[in-house]
Amino acid sequence: MSNIKYILGSFGDPDEMMHGIDKLQENNISIFDVYTPMPIHGIEAKLGIKRSRIDIAAFCFGITGTCAAFALIYFCAVIDWKVNIGGKPSFAFPDFIPIMFELTVLFCAFGMVLTYYASTHLFPGRAPRVMDLRATNDRFVIAIDAKENVAHLEIDSLLKGAGALEVKYNERKYISYE
Amino acid sequence: MGTHNINFSEQFEFTGKAKTLSIVGIVLGVAAIAYGFLSGLHERTFANLLLMAYYFACVCMSGTFFLAIQYVAQAGWSASILRVPQAMAKTLPIASIILIVIISAGLYSHNLYHHWHADGITDIKSPNYDSIIANKSAFLNVPFFMGRMVLFLGLYSIFSMMFAKLSYNEDLAGGLNSHRRSFKIACVFLVIYGFTTPIFAFDAVMSLEAHWFSTMFGWYNFAAMWVSSLAIIAVMLILLRRAGYMKWVNDSHLHNLGQFIFGFSIFWTYVWFAQFLLIYYANIPEETVYFAKRFEYYKFWFFLNLLMNFLAPVLLLMDRDNKRGDSKLLIVCIIVLVGHWVDYYQMIMPGAVQAGENGFGVIEIGTAVGFVGLFTFTVLTALSKKSLIAKNHPLLQESLHHQL
Repeated sequence: MSNIKYILGSFGDPDEMMHGIDKLQENNISIFDVYTPMPIHGIEAKLGIKRSRIDIAAFCFGITGTCAAFALIYFCAVIDWKVNIGGKPSFAFPDFIPIMFELTVLFCAFGMVLTYYASTHLFPGRAPRVMDLRATNDRFVIAIDAKENVAHLEIDSLLKGAGALEVKYNERKYISYE
Repeated sequence: MGTHNINFSEQFEFTGKAKTLSIVGIVLGVAAIAYGFLSGLHERTFANLLLMAYYFACVCMSGTFFLAIQYVAQAGWSASILRVPQAMAKTLPIASIILIVIISAGLYSHNLYHHWHADGITDIKSPNYDSIIANKSAFLNVPFFMGRMVLFLGLYSIFSMMFAKLSYNEDLAGGLNSHRRSFKIACVFLVIYGFTTPIFAFDAVMSLEAHWFSTMFGWYNFAAMWVSSLAIIAVMLILLRRAGYMKWVNDSHLHNLGQFIFGFSIFWTYVWFAQFLLIYYANIPEETVYFAKRFEYYKFWFFLNLLMNFLAPVLLLMDRDNKRGDSKLLIVCIIVLVGHWVDYYQMIMPGAVQAGENGFGVIEIGTAVGFVGLFTFTVLTALSKKSLIAKNHPLLQESLHHQL
């Protein structure tokens, strides 16, 4: 029992898993995380997960792109090398807008991809960290920290009572390094 | 909220303050129009009438467009709010008649479209001869122009009535037949609508300045009418919910509409800018005359237009909570609606009114108030006729449990 780090309850049905979450919460057992192969409505509210801040990140990346594009064009076309295009003033703001718009989108898209990789620890060439491989396929998995919740037998019976098909005792956090 | 305590036969009662205010609005509008004609400002009054009648018709036909895209996309989220755009669609025949009456009265009394409709304008011997207009007269002549107006608005009206009728049949009979037929009709309608709305906008608004043309103009108008229609739908839902109706409309429905308004405000800006940038960049006198006029006499409106229709919705609706909170969404919707009045104002006025005669005063505000009253009165009357929920819509449960 001493080496067990995580208890995983593996469910075949999302409703049973939601029921299992209710059962665990009623018994004051804290849930480490839940892994599901598909998004489930209302699960964030149930687990008390804070709202993602990726929209704020997106705004910051976007506005960086806008400023970068403006600075670049302004430096090139107004300060460094004035070019006469159709007799317009060198600081012709409407001409700047398409490029500013495009760089906003570009910075935003790249920034969001990098943010996503950083927050999920996914990078090209890196083995993904997965606690239960079948959670990426057909199982709905509740993970419970075994060190914080010592009543393992009770957890086992609660999970099985809620309809868990399998309860695993993992001695390491992620299994997918192997 | 659970779905068992929904009253599926809930009906809107059009009485009390809403009715009084809308009638007061109509009376004020009539008074302002009468004042406009009596003070001799015929052109300006007609321009205002055209503006508001066009706005009214566009909002109603975009209500039909909303219904059609929901059917074609098999959208579930909107099933429980369809009666609101349906009420707008049912008002389209009235709006069409008003628009056609105003256009024909303005056309035959030479107060509107005098740029291409004047005595001898296509006659090479006449002093009024205008070779550009003469070359366009195969398309831009009175019978064909009026014929197109009647045809387009008639087609849109017929489709609107068909959608409404099928939805009521569904209420009575249930089953999937009405839904399947609505889907088919919606496919046909979208094809017709997509090809004809640009021409409709060319006719109704762009031909006020018949020398000038822009191929983006149709889509620019489409974006304006579509986003203003979405804003009206959101305003109506919010106000109905505040008045105690349609309790099943939750924040997620408003969120969807908010996303729509946000997205299509940006789309409107995109199209506006696509038109502007090409003209600005090419710098051809035939084309720049349009913006030169607006920049000289309507500079304030030109920038106010961008502020209200681009900056305000983008900055205010970017945050998720603002799309979900009904008071904030209401404010943005009203800004967008007034903003598109400004948009139409600076589209129509420079072409319809001689420079120097333009202005902003009793006639503008009065006509706008009158048409808002008319819109409220006709749409709420249409809404009060049937229950507020299409109870046999096959995707209704999805809509009632809609969650984002």
